[in-house]
Amino acid sequence: MRSTEAASIEAGPAVAEPIPLRELARWLWLVPVLLLVAYVVGMDQGVISRSGMYLHEFMHDGRHLLAVPCH
Amino acid sequence: MPLSGHSPVRAIVVAGLIAGLIAGLSAGLFGLAVGESNIDGAVAVESSMEAGAARHDHGAHATAASDQKPLVSRGTQHLGLVVATALYGLAIGGLLALAFAFMRGRTGHRSDRRLALGLTAAVFVAAVAVPFLKYPANPPGVGDPETIGYRTELYLAMVAGCLAALVAAWRLSMLVPARRRAQRALAGASTFAALTALLALGLPAIGEVPAGFPSGLLSDFRLASIGLQLMLWSVLALCFAALVSRRLTRPTAPRP
Ligand SMILES: [Zn+2]
Repeated sequence: MRSTEAASIEAGPAVAEPIPLRELARWLWLVPVLLLVAYVVGMDQGVISRSGMYLHEFMHDGRHLLAVPCH
Repeated sequence: MPLSGHSPVRAIVVAGLIAGLIAGLSAGLFGLAVGESNIDGAVAVESSMEAGAARHDHGAHATAASDQKPLVSRGTQHLGLVVATALYGLAIGGLLALAFAFMRGRTGHRSDRRLALGLTAAVFVAAVAVPFLKYPANPPGVGDPETIGYRTELYLAMVAGCLAALVAAWRLSMLVPARRRAQRALAGASTFAALTALLALGLPAIGEVPAGFPSGLLSDFRLASIGLQLMLWSVLALCFAALVSRRLTRPTAPRP
């Protein structure tokens, strides 16, 4: 390897070590949280957001433009 | 939340959330500028159609029922559009970041930037573009309120099926040696196309555009919807790629 720069262009971060599954598993709790956020925007009709239909109607236009079936 | 400051997953997730928020806000502003006039028009058409066919007792959608005071005013719904796309972008950005964290080092990408751009583009095609071809976005007034549950199930089945097809296509393409780049890409793309075509043929069609609905308004609305999604996903791809490659190559602080 002549210069570190040439080496990084050649190999780059492509040889990045895979992140161990055990380390990834510590972040799995984020998946249901993020899906819940998407659900509240897209589907929820007051089932989870207990403010009744308010949140549903508040984000109504976004749902239509995001192509989620609305009404 | 893991407290170790050096977790690459943390750096990736933060990059995804920031990029998603920026992308969602950009898409919301685009929707305000381009999409809202069509939605306002559609709400007006819907109200007049419901007034015309008053004997049809539709399930009262608060914005639609003209005799009812709306729960949320149209002006507030314009603001809600930006909040909705911002939250949607945040969720997508975070989920995309977790997929990135899993794939990094496990697939034949040449840099973090390329992986971020390729992954975002692939998920856009699978989760948004192909489902749109089968079940396009509809403005208020299009679609029978009675079938909302059924239509939601079909839409979710299409999105989930396309994402599953993407994973299958990726796994299959990984069987091709990495040096045969073109063949690998071709194997993945053709597998994805075949699986999603089968899915689209298998799922029932929905044709609920009312006869009197202005077709120009419908196509304008759908164009605005496509534009909003393109804005969201292209900003997401560019911001995520820039942020994640910078955060991952940043020299790490000396460990305590
Ligand atoms: Zn609606």
